[in-house]
Amino acid sequence: MNITLNGEPKEIAESTRLSDLVETLALAGQRFAIEVNAELVPRSRFAEHRLAPNDRIEIIQAVGGG
Amino acid sequence: MSTDTQNSDRLIIAGKEYGSRLLVGTGKYKDMDETASAIAASGAEIVTVAVRRTNLGQNPGEPNILDVLPPDRYTILPNTAGCYDAETAVRTCRLARELLDGHKLVKLEVLGDEKTLFPDVIATLKAAEILVKDGFDVMVYTNDDPIVARELEAIGCIAVMPLAAPIGSGLGIRNPLNILTIVENAKVPVLVDAGVGTASDAAEAMELGCDGVLMNTAIAAARDPVLMASAMRKAIEAGREAFRAGRMPAKRFASASSPIEGLFF
Repeated sequence: MNITLNGEPKEIAESTRLSDLVETLALAGQRFAIEVNAELVPRSRFAEHRLAPNDRIEIIQAVGGG
Repeated sequence: MSTDTQNSDRLIIAGKEYGSRLLVGTGKYKDMDETASAIAASGAEIVTVAVRRTNLGQNPGEPNILDVLPPDRYTILPNTAGCYDAETAVRTCRLARELLDGHKLVKLEVLGDEKTLFPDVIATLKAAEILVKDGFDVMVYTNDDPIVARELEAIGCIAVMPLAAPIGSGLGIRNPLNILTIVENAKVPVLVDAGVGTASDAAEAMELGCDGVLMNTAIAAARDPVLMASAMRKAIEAGREAFRAGRMPAKRFASASSPIEGLFF
């Protein structure tokens, strides 16, 4: 199925969990937060959150800024 | 000044005490090394960060700002820079809270216009209300308008941060009398945020009685950012001490400093 990840189209397996996606992207150990369709998904729910086709996922981090 | 007096003059933000009244941004530096060196030289204990899409392997090995400025050493102040409506500002704060393990302190800025980066005051008030209800400690970027500052305080913002001049302009304090009025009215800390260009601007803000100054470009865009960071630290301290000392009244005509009595000619 297709999702949009940080603005780019991406193909992932049906019923992928958010925790699977995090693992695929090798984000472990980094500080980040995730929104699915403009709603925050807390880290504690990554393992139970199954992605759906056309989900818009934003993975965000802190960057330098004033 | 005795060490005791210095220690008792601390900035309190959301119940936490700070020795430094200089808050700095972390944008526009050449690299992470320069960021870290400049911030160390500034003596700042509160540093702002922005919230953006994460690096998904485009730049492997690139250090994260929070590796350079660890949250156990610095108070991280996530901002909502780049937000032009209340909804995205609120979303950004919620993401920042999750990112920083439940950290409640945020810098709210809702911009109105790309050319001036002046705040959209109506959207700022709306976002502030939502964020305060949601349990955030909101430090809010606003215009140098005493009425708006009063409203933001009434909503429950924990610090009001009027601009000195447009963000990144380095024009200095364009309306010192408004800043003074905001300071006189406020019961929460007032920090000048944006528009400072050089050390004397920072000292002026402190002499007006501001509780602190938040700056980024004035340091990052100096020819030597680390030296400017050190200058700003001293200017903030000097301006604060001058404010606490109480300046002499300005007079139109001279007043001799040496005694008239005892002249021998």
